[in-house]
Amino acid sequence: MSVAPAEVDLPKSTDKPVSDKPWVTIVWNDPVNLMSYVTYVFQQVFGYPKKKATRLMLDVHHKGKAVVAAGAREAMEHNVEILHGYGLWATVMQDK
Amino acid sequence: MEPFRPTRGGGARAWLAAPEASLLRSLVGQVLTLIAPDGPAAPRATSQDNIADLEALLDGAVLDGSGTTARQTPEDPVLARLLPDGYRDDPDAAGEFRKYTEPGLRTAKQQAALQMLDTLPDAGGRIQLNQEQAQAWLKALNDVRLALGVRLAVTEDFEQQWTKLKQDDPQWAAYEVYAWLGAVQESLVQALA
Repeated sequence: MSVAPAEVDLPKSTDKPVSDKPWVTIVWNDPVNLMSYVTYVFQQVFGYPKKKATRLMLDVHHKGKAVVAAGAREAMEHNVEILHGYGLWATVMQDK
Repeated sequence: MEPFRPTRGGGARAWLAAPEASLLRSLVGQVLTLIAPDGPAAPRATSQDNIADLEALLDGAVLDGSGTTARQTPEDPVLARLLPDGYRDDPDAAGEFRKYTEPGLRTAKQQAALQMLDTLPDAGGRIQLNQEQAQAWLKALNDVRLALGVRLAVTEDFEQQWTKLKQDDPQWAAYEVYAWLGAVQESLVQALA
């Protein structure tokens, strides 16, 4: 399992952060969700092109997890809430 | 079943035999019962004998369904998977996150399940979904697969797990249903992608 995020969309704004480490949305691998479904959800939720969504899905599948977005904590919590609605196993974390 | 095919405007259509429709109805009803904020008082789909085993599988945690402002991860593994923690190594943050998001998540899952039931003819037949209904089906079907997957403890080697079971194993039929649900969902994803 790799610790390095596959790809990070750096925050565009300068929301007064407590620390300058960005917050990230992580999606974890699970044995139930279909690969096609996870790719589709990444496209729907983040508006990623299919190629990028597929790459992130494969990272989740092969590495056990992937950083799928980065930015303000509130935005990451919002992502996770939406991903939970789709049944993906997602968490918020401060990047290390 | 005839698999889902895309329709104009981002929808999808399929055809289900009556037993398939009643199986789906029962499984979605079970998930509804699990995730309803009021727990066991939630509406329940009618059940049939031939799927009683599946219902028993999913029935484990009905009493866990209460507490809309809970901060704790649900004890039942199915509920813990349907309503997961938002933080992995920070129980306080996870508790706060759950307090503010879990009621809405339960409601959203409930609505998707109800919308699926609304568009699922009792006797099977043609399923015609607009874009919004198709999205509800995707989510509700996925919740059913998650619930069944956790109860069966499936791994990524699901096919192997299934092959190892004897046909008279009580879980064999549940594995078959799980595989079928995967095929239904796959066809819906392909129709919408």
